[in-house]
Amino acid sequence: MAAPRLFRPAARLLSSRLASSSLRPALPHSACAHSILRSRGYATESGVKEVTVRDALNEALAEELESNQKTFILGEEVAQYNGAYKVTRGLLDRFGPKRVIDTPITEAGFCGLAVGAALAGLHPICEFMTFNFAMQAIDQIINSAAKTHYMSGGIQPCNITFRGPNGFAAGVAAQHSQDYSAWYGSIPGLKVVSPWSSEDAKGLLKAAIRDPNPVVVLENELMYGLSFPMSEAAQKSDFVLPIGKAKVERPGKDLTIVSISRCVGQSLAAATQLKQKYGVEAEVINLRSVKPLDVETIIASLKKTGRLMVVESSYPMFGLSSEILALSMEYGFDYLTAPAVRVTGAEVPTPYAAGLENLAFPQEDTVVGQAAKLLRL
Amino acid sequence: MLFRSVARQAAPLRRSAFAPLARRSVTTDAASSHAENIPQEDDKPFTVRLSDESFETYELDPPPYTLETTKKELKQMYYDMVSIRRMEMAADRLYKEKKIRGFCHLSTGQEAVAVGIEHAINRADKVITAYRCHGFALMRGGTVRSIIGELLGRREGIAYGKGGSMHMFAENFYGGNGIVGAQVPVGAGLAFAQQYTEQPNTSIILYGDGASNQGQVFEAFNMAKLWNLPALFGCENNKYGMGTSASRSSALTEYYKRGQYIPGLKVNGMDVLATKAAVQYGKDYAVSGKGPLVFEYVTYRYGGHSMSDPGTTYRSREEIQRMRSTNDPIAGLKQKMLEWGVTSEEELKSIDKSARSHVDEEVATAEAMAVPDNTSRILFEDIYVRGSEPRWMRGRTVDETFYY
Repeated sequence: MAAPRLFRPAARLLSSRLASSSLRPALPHSACAHSILRSRGYATESGVKEVTVRDALNEALAEELESNQKTFILGEEVAQYNGAYKVTRGLLDRFGPKRVIDTPITEAGFCGLAVGAALAGLHPICEFMTFNFAMQAIDQIINSAAKTHYMSGGIQPCNITFRGPNGFAAGVAAQHSQDYSAWYGSIPGLKVVSPWSSEDAKGLLKAAIRDPNPVVVLENELMYGLSFPMSEAAQKSDFVLPIGKAKVERPGKDLTIVSISRCVGQSLAAATQLKQKYGVEAEVINLRSVKPLDVETIIASLKKTGRLMVVESSYPMFGLSSEILALSMEYGFDYLTAPAVRVTGAEVPTPYAAGLENLAFPQEDTVVGQAAKLLRL
Repeated sequence: MLFRSVARQAAPLRRSAFAPLARRSVTTDAASSHAENIPQEDDKPFTVRLSDESFETYELDPPPYTLETTKKELKQMYYDMVSIRRMEMAADRLYKEKKIRGFCHLSTGQEAVAVGIEHAINRADKVITAYRCHGFALMRGGTVRSIIGELLGRREGIAYGKGGSMHMFAENFYGGNGIVGAQVPVGAGLAFAQQYTEQPNTSIILYGDGASNQGQVFEAFNMAKLWNLPALFGCENNKYGMGTSASRSSALTEYYKRGQYIPGLKVNGMDVLATKAAVQYGKDYAVSGKGPLVFEYVTYRYGGHSMSDPGTTYRSREEIQRMRSTNDPIAGLKQKMLEWGVTSEEELKSIDKSARSHVDEEVATAEAMAVPDNTSRILFEDIYVRGSEPRWMRGRTVDETFYY
């Protein structure tokens, strides 16, 4: 089934061989528009309630455990301890030890075991206390989970969800402060999502659990305790978000800020400042998915604004923002009125001291300053 | 009715089609193996007495030294082992003709493990192994043509030409994992799923003596015992992990004891009957809720680690020759069948012939298969489950981007 080609690669313009292919720069906005209608401006609407990201994730897990007997969750401290970050609170009491399983501290082992259970037809949710520890198990995620469907010629699916906090937390230093979106995002066979708000968290986690492929859900510890309004629709048990679809959190005409996870909040705050200080309207895109990456939404926005900035907190080299900048050149070069820029984590192992840690990751003023520079304000 | 009582020691040495049989070495000695009162009917069960040296145990009562079988089954086992060997020899030839690419690990000499296991379990039991997987793929229901076709990179190969030698899958056969030791926790997961869904089945999890030192093997042992999973871990000890002999890699070379808190069973993996008896016993043990076992199948590979290894720099030609002539699993079963009067030389020859001609025909069919079309549709298919793909995957250039 050939999906419509919705965006225009600049390279295609250069290729006479493809000159006859239909170029359709226009983008149907239905999905985005839909999301905008449900954006946070409606927090006072009746039925909307404030929910923390932690509770949204918990609700997603509970609903999926409830509706699908093949689903179970395993990981370190997920059951009796109620989760190292309390995301799995109450699940043991509700679903029992068969479905909510404390594992030994043995990432390669329990991750491999979960992959095996998925190959055998179950739908495991494999929690890593943090994705830093999943490095012990990354071979199983990539070589056993992501590649088996292809290597088997499509006869052996692997319906598994890997989830846990990703990226830096507060004051936990270098070994516990790494962002893996580029690592997993580079692997064909995986899907990778990274929520920002409570609706994101619930909708994306449920989509990940239901997706028949291995999906990596990169959460953020610093977001767990934050509250967001959750629409009536999102509170229902049938709420899922499409994987691979970004959301325009704030429409604008002067600058496109593409962001993900915690940095979406910083970008929105920066956009407010840009408006106050300079009267500039920045459009903020919440990527939601790393893989597949919603290039259409990015390019459609770039077409409108002519300027692109990516804000994320992983290492700068060979990262998510590098990829988006490359894609913007390939698919949106003609729309760029200035070189695209990126705001990322610094290229340094995360330091412990608070002041140094702040220097290692994007802050609101970093985003504002870089945007002002890009816009020559 | 043909009744024969043959003591192994009293039997004259027989010339086999494969190798002259001499006295067997200790670990694979079938000295006391015998069978009496062989019925005439092909499918009437009778009892075989296994060699006293079939098993060694660790914290475990030994399995019975008797095995109930039929003439038909013995002939089928013989047929299966001959088929695997013939298929591996074909792979050897095709590799040398440069028709097979990449890595190719053959199991010549180790046939009794794959065949013995398959005859002890049923199709609802699960098997996972490492990259030396051709024989297991055949036993699990793969056809010779699909396996050889895969080695040749053909579209009708068992993995549609996407997996190659190391990645073969079939129903309840989970590969075919190319990462040494990674299949062990995955296999524990298969057993976990059996326990979760309350199936009265077991998972056979195989790894080599080289892989046995991987940390995740012990991680899998721990969880399997902790949760009482119906997992039969099995170290196929062929004495060498690539070119490193067991004693140069392992602080404890008694691999069946390496589960520590998991009972172990060492089996003569050159004896297909002992292997079957052990796995049958293990399956009953695991399914009855007693938890995992650690098997050690003592075996030997005649060839190198892979096709690029002549297999003679780290062991002597005499050692290989001695194993071939005294421990060969096919010749061993053949000799027993003749001694017990299960079959005649003529019938064995005709089984040999039919197995070989079947394999040869299948190999010819595989060679005639088409390679996959070199199109992006074929290249990009099955990265994700159909219908759930991203809208596009990138090719080498933007122009080559593939849209599902």
